[in-house]
Amino acid sequence: MSSQLVGWRDLPLGAVAFISSKEYPTGEWAVFQPKIDEKKCIKCGLCWMYCPDSAYRWDGEGVPVPDLDHCKGCGICEVECPTKAIEMIRV
Amino acid sequence: MAVLKKVEQVMMALNGDEAVAWAVKQSNVDVVSAYPITPQTIIVERISEFVNNGEMDAEFIHVESEHSALTAAWGAALAGARAFTATAANGLALMWEILYITASTRVPVVMAVVNRALSAPINIHNDHSDTMGARDSGWIQIYSEDAQEAYDNTIMAFKIAEESLFPVMVTLDGFTISHTLQNVSVLPDDVVSDFVGVRRIPRIKLPRIHGDKEIPLMFNPKYPITFGPLDLYDYYFEHKVQQNEAMKETFPIIERVHKEYGEISGRSYEPVFMVPYRTEDADAIILGLSSTMSVVKKVVDDLRERGKKVGAIRLRVFRPFPADFLRRELSKFHAVGVLDRCISFGGEGGPLFNEVRSALYGLPSRPIVHNYIYGLGGRDLPRSLIVKIYEELLSARAEPEVPVVKYVGVRE
Ligand code: SF4
Ligand code: SF4
Repeated sequence: MSSQLVGWRDLPLGAVAFISSKEYPTGEWAVFQPKIDEKKCIKCGLCWMYCPDSAYRWDGEGVPVPDLDHCKGCGICEVECPTKAIEMIRV
Repeated sequence: MAVLKKVEQVMMALNGDEAVAWAVKQSNVDVVSAYPITPQTIIVERISEFVNNGEMDAEFIHVESEHSALTAAWGAALAGARAFTATAANGLALMWEILYITASTRVPVVMAVVNRALSAPINIHNDHSDTMGARDSGWIQIYSEDAQEAYDNTIMAFKIAEESLFPVMVTLDGFTISHTLQNVSVLPDDVVSDFVGVRRIPRIKLPRIHGDKEIPLMFNPKYPITFGPLDLYDYYFEHKVQQNEAMKETFPIIERVHKEYGEISGRSYEPVFMVPYRTEDADAIILGLSSTMSVVKKVVDDLRERGKKVGAIRLRVFRPFPADFLRRELSKFHAVGVLDRCISFGGEGGPLFNEVRSALYGLPSRPIVHNYIYGLGGRDLPRSLIVKIYEELLSARAEPEVPVVKYVGVRE
């Protein structure tokens, strides 16, 4: 998050977002985080597709990488992974 | 009300709902979303007829609930349209979530609310529990006394909303106004159309840390922006303060729009926020909202004939609350009776009373203020009871420590 917080007079009108979601490290809430066993991963992309927070980074070929700044630890990827390559680890 | 008829107007026999529908028809509205609910139904029925007959060039969206009605109006207005919807009572309650969202995103939707009691038990008649409950949602609220005013307020509401960037509720009393036929002076189409103009989209400046960009405050694929997503303890408070401070700045806008409207129609409703009636030299005043005040004025006339120094003040704008005007206006009277057509359960009197008494508290000399809760669920307030209120106010001695809150016209 930006360290330059502005006061109410300088905010744009209408509750318009001016801090992008990239700057909100919502992953700070997470109690669990996914850990991928690269040997078991078949690179199907299901974890990337199902993640409700679009937290996975994936180039379409390699092993997806969870962006832990934005993963909220819901565990959906763990459930959806067909090869059980994902394990949720307590932070 | 100053009458300086500036343009030729036609006199039409309209009930309050039809008067609102006419105002909407003439105000260059692009989108109307609606779900019918008694006693508002006639408004959206008439509008749908206008659209169907080609008399009004608007998109009419039929939705499955009031929650969706306001959501659709909000979305349309965010996309740049002039949007209108209407509701009453439980319908307004169902819009709750979107009331706040519309106001916080500063979207100038106009909504007619035909005041009706809230359930349970179900009751379709008039009181103000619906809009009084919505008083904190960030909407401007203008209360109409009759069908003529419902017509005038609706037209002015579009301009007030778009210039202030706040949504506006125009209220009219269920059945008393909504279903009662009255002679209404209707302005020519082109005069109203010129008055409200075409909706202009404001521009907003993003903070310097984001490159000093200026973009239109609307959905536009060219300048993608997100409205109201997530704002935690870092910015939510600032957004709310900004909204509240902005609401206080709507007073001059509301006044100016009334003045401009007065110039074309001859009906200026000045003073805009509260309309005094025979208050000069009055000792006791009844202050209240909407159609009830017509009856109160008649009682004032009767009592004046009998030499009683009484007067009345009708509050037209409840949000923003015109506390400064009240302080100036009310300090000179001996006693003020505040009429509330609403109960605030567990509160110390009705909502109007609470704010009036609170506005006056810091004055070195302030009137005695009593609260009279009346007319719930459409219960009549006969003249005889209004006379009794005046008698009580005239003989009241000192401002009591514990507020006097009475139910008028209820069986004990
Ligand atoms: S745990 Fe939930 S939020 Fe985190 S990467 Fe998996 S699916 Fe996404
Ligand atoms: S769902 Fe499992 S197997 Fe598929 S890409 Fe993600 S981690 Fe690999």
